[in-house]
Amino acid sequence: MKIHEYQGKQVLASFGVPVPRGQVAYAVAEAVKEAKELGLPVVVKAQIHAGGRGKGGGVKLARTAEDVESVAKAMLGMTLRTHQTGPEGRVVRRLLIEEAMDLEGAREMYLAIVVDRASGAPVFMASAQGGMDIEEVAAKDPAAILKEVVDPAVGFQPFQARKLAFGLGLPAAVLPKAVAFMQSLYRAFETVDAALLEINPFLLRKDGALLALDAKINFDDNALYRHPDLKELRDFDEEDPLEVEASKFSLNYIKLEGGSVGCMVNGAGLAMATMDIIKLAGSSPANFLDVGGGANAEQIRNAFRILLADPEVRAVLINIFGGILRCDVLAEGVIAAVKELGVKVPVVIRMKGNNEEKGKQMLRDSGLNFMTADGMTEAAQQVVAAAGGAR
Amino acid sequence: MSVLVGKQTRLLVQGMGKHGTFHAIGCRDYGTAVVGGVTPGKGGTTVEGFPIFDSVAQAVRETGANVSVVFVPPPGAADAIMEAADAGLGLVVCITEGIPTLDMVKAAQFLEGRPTRLIGPNCPGIISPAEKCKVGIMPGHIHLGGKVGVVSRSGTLTYEAVHQLTSLGIGQSTCIGIGGDPIIGTNHTAALKLFNEDPGTEAIVMIGEIGGSAEEEAAAYVRDHVKKPVVGFIAGQTAPPGRRMGHAGAIIAGGKGTADEKMKAMAAAGIHVVKSPADIGAAVAKAIKA
Repeated sequence: MKIHEYQGKQVLASFGVPVPRGQVAYAVAEAVKEAKELGLPVVVKAQIHAGGRGKGGGVKLARTAEDVESVAKAMLGMTLRTHQTGPEGRVVRRLLIEEAMDLEGAREMYLAIVVDRASGAPVFMASAQGGMDIEEVAAKDPAAILKEVVDPAVGFQPFQARKLAFGLGLPAAVLPKAVAFMQSLYRAFETVDAALLEINPFLLRKDGALLALDAKINFDDNALYRHPDLKELRDFDEEDPLEVEASKFSLNYIKLEGGSVGCMVNGAGLAMATMDIIKLAGSSPANFLDVGGGANAEQIRNAFRILLADPEVRAVLINIFGGILRCDVLAEGVIAAVKELGVKVPVVIRMKGNNEEKGKQMLRDSGLNFMTADGMTEAAQQVVAAAGGAR
Repeated sequence: MSVLVGKQTRLLVQGMGKHGTFHAIGCRDYGTAVVGGVTPGKGGTTVEGFPIFDSVAQAVRETGANVSVVFVPPPGAADAIMEAADAGLGLVVCITEGIPTLDMVKAAQFLEGRPTRLIGPNCPGIISPAEKCKVGIMPGHIHLGGKVGVVSRSGTLTYEAVHQLTSLGIGQSTCIGIGGDPIIGTNHTAALKLFNEDPGTEAIVMIGEIGGSAEEEAAAYVRDHVKKPVVGFIAGQTAPPGRRMGHAGAIIAGGKGTADEKMKAMAAAGIHVVKSPADIGAAVAKAIKA
């Protein structure tokens, strides 16, 4: 689960990590009031769940209250496009009004903590090249990224923080503060069950202060059950409405751009493979949808509703491989859903399980626009043709 | 012949709730020797003919169990894995999906240096059809005893591949579902090593998906050590970057972990990579004839 920069900073502050003073604002008047309370100049930062906001015009310095007013007015409601939002961009609904930092003579660096699959443990990373796209740094100069693998039994040790601090070339006077800073970050990471914690940039100010100038925290979705307070930070406006709807029914749905074949599958791997075979058959999948183990009548109905709320869908492919699944029961559920929702688009069904022939016969006898297929290739070809051919 | 599970398997089921009990019956019906279940606090009772024990250690003492399958829900699953390891079991298969990653980090470290191999979590389990031994939730009837080893991060996609093989009369030695999470007990490379060293396995099917670099590492292992034919498929060729595609481990992050990269690495290692999931069976048929 993603959260906004201002929320990430609040979380970090609660662990003693120094962050610039700032407040979220949802309206222009609020922004101006907060700016005055903080003391001008301030930085006005658009809050969206994507990076690259600076380059996209989402971060602006405001020297006077009038500046704050005009910047906030322009930013709130704007569609901010960055290299991470895609061309459609994201509407800005929240702003972070933050004290402006004196960057004269300051160093901007990079810190991040992420669970590394290869090591099976969290890794604390640091780079002297802050404020830059870390993937670019990793591509051009991998040695520039320092890494310390954390031993889960003992956690992130001070000597590891010192290694990173020395590696970054931090002055001796700043060492104790830097160690404390990094330890607080790790404590935060572990306590909130983060999947990623990224500080880009981490600032060493001319006066020796260390601050997190930006904060990106992604929470491990699997751990949210034990963090009800963090669950509250979810911003539904940042998510696709169909995906939000699907999650309410424990359906795993991801909308894909420009696709015309909707698909409904049981199992994430098979769902991805189904998307792949639709592409190979000459069309584009409109979505990923894993109905999981619950291919019952209610789930089928919910899945159809969500799939068909996407106007680009011209045909639907259902690919259900169930060992114990009764195909006649599945067919019943599909027929009921299609009738109830008045589904007009052609539906291709490929199902494997018990009573396969019975299920197929029920679909054929229903009088509705169903096609049945035996293998995945046949299913993909049928649905692509039904969707109006290759596109 | 088989790897890890077979006639020698005496299976315990940790977590005998509705789900665990249903699948305990399924394993028993397939032919597995299911010797008991573990539900702390319910020791001494019997469920569906299975004796229930309070702890794994007690169950092992009284039944001689050597493998456990974990159906315990996410909040207690990592702990269940560690309990099984502490009891000295040689193999633990964790079906549970949704275990917090940092819990698995701890469990993985706990297992290091102990004689317990973990398969999963978030996996369908492991099955050796010729020996009628099933440890997991997969449909037994689609499998056929034979000589092809299957290793996969997926559940139903694995069944699809197995179905294709069985339809062609190509049987399986052992099918290992290694799971869809980012931190798992047995990765592709470890499974390939087992198959490589198994005289009963003559060819291998390797199914992967986007996210991480396990398939690339496995490809290097194949290149350097495996002479048996390997067929590969990677799901998620059409997945967008940055999105978690169902499985917690299926995410293209920072440009890394794409299907493309994996397929290239595998092909370069001599693996017969198929683009379509429907071609897995046919590719194996061709590879074993050659």
